[in-house]
Amino acid sequence: MDWKTFQALLSGVNKYSTAFGRVWLSVVFVFRVMVYVVAAERVWGDEQKDFDCNTKQPGCANVCYDHFFPISHIRLWALQLIFVTCPSFMVVMHVAYRDDRERKYKAKHGNNSKLYNNTGKKHGGLWWTYLISLFVKTGIEVAFLYILHHIYDSFYLPRLVKCGVKPCPNLVDCYIGHPTEKKVFSYFMVGASGLCIVLNICEIIYLVSKRIARIANKLNRQKRQIAVSHNDHNEEPFDNSIDTMPTLSKKEQPPSFRSAVKSSHRPPGLKLEEKIRASAPDLSFL
Amino acid sequence: MTLTPPAEPDPELKMNWASFYAVISGVNRHSTGIGRIWISVLFIFRILVLVVAAESVWGDEKSGFTCNTQQPGCNSVCYDHFFPISHIRLWALQLILVSTPALLVAMHVAHRRHVDKRLYKLSGRTNPKDLEQIKTQKMKITGALWWTYVISLLFRIVLEVIFMYLFYMIYPGYKMIRLVKCDSYPCPNTVDCFVSRPTEKTVFTVFMLTASGVCILLNIGEVVFLVGKACSKHLHTAGDSTMGAWIQQKLCSF
Repeated sequence: MDWKTFQALLSGVNKYSTAFGRVWLSVVFVFRVMVYVVAAERVWGDEQKDFDCNTKQPGCANVCYDHFFPISHIRLWALQLIFVTCPSFMVVMHVAYRDDRERKYKAKHGNNSKLYNNTGKKHGGLWWTYLISLFVKTGIEVAFLYILHHIYDSFYLPRLVKCGVKPCPNLVDCYIGHPTEKKVFSYFMVGASGLCIVLNICEIIYLVSKRIARIANKLNRQKRQIAVSHNDHNEEPFDNSIDTMPTLSKKEQPPSFRSAVKSSHRPPGLKLEEKIRASAPDLSFL
Repeated sequence: MTLTPPAEPDPELKMNWASFYAVISGVNRHSTGIGRIWISVLFIFRILVLVVAAESVWGDEKSGFTCNTQQPGCNSVCYDHFFPISHIRLWALQLILVSTPALLVAMHVAHRRHVDKRLYKLSGRTNPKDLEQIKTQKMKITGALWWTYVISLLFRIVLEVIFMYLFYMIYPGYKMIRLVKCDSYPCPNTVDCFVSRPTEKTVFTVFMLTASGVCILLNIGEVVFLVGKACSKHLHTAGDSTMGAWIQQKLCSF
């Protein structure tokens, strides 16, 4: 399994994720893919050879192994890792589609006109794509955990299983190789899955609440502007400036002093006075 | 019984540790001098030794584990009883988990860079050279980054100690025994079971434990160094402010 190409593909997703998304990506790489390739794959390495049945009947070991392990843990986890990271590619494809539209628009209307301010910003359709990809990821994780639980009876792996499937002559004892080690790694991988589900849910809540806050702010500002324009309705000189002032979303608002002071170490040459002046209205036309 | 040659570590495994190295060594630039020594010890004396040598030694541990009986299943059961989790897997998990706190520092540095970039852009300096300068500028370990760094060091120490303790609980003593006596079902009586390559395994166990110990000492040294440096800076700069004010300043600055 060529995990290196997979990792290379996935690191491109990093650019369009939120902070939670980046943490999720690190958890997937370090705690799941790394542990899978470096340790877990070795433990399950030759599990069919290690499956010993107390009989000389040819075919009994094969049949019993197939009965108790319809699909190996390792293969399930590989599938889970691949499916869980695919929805992130939806976001990358959407951004690529936006870039393509922008290019066609620029070719048609000249280089200075822009369709999108920033194709990677999660506004409009891209926000929905990102949210849907999060839901799909969470759904896939839960589905795989359920399948694992269903097939392996709550991740229980005994040392000895009793098998009576034909052609075994009677109820034979079959012994599983490395059961304790396999149990430890099962719990580890399931735990990592659970952590990823929690991260996805947090990211969904964060995205939705940020959007709600943005909409609430916009509504608030519109209400305030309507109130102000009614109050100053007799004062001519200011009328134009207020009507023509563009409604800025929270992101595009000029920075407040508080956000500027946030970092204790400031990059050299940054003047704070510019920050304060930027938040006052521009009355230079008077 | 033929002597089986040691299993070759597959290239896929080496590549994955290599990509892990690429991720972790990015943190190198923002570490202190002792931190850099720690990363080198980790990669050369632990990860490299694990991949190149130790994996081959433990490669045939299951197939080389022979019990003096023909009873099918006795081998498997006795092996599982005496080696619930292989040394190699414990060390691999330990190395992965111990390197993870360094990612916390990397994320904090990335967040600070993001904030700086935004401030630059909003103050009108969108010169690409300035933005490039932010990327290559070395971050000073001050303010909240100091706390993140110290907390990541403490996590590292705690994880190393936890793994050493787990190791001691599962395998008391560093010596690998040649012979174990086993009578778990279905072994018909108390059978002798022989471990493969016990002396070689002992040598590598001692080596890896020593490297762990050295890493713990380096981490403790780094914590002491950082705390000492911060204290001495406080004594030099803020002459008359109290300890409480200093702690408050450290907590509030972000």
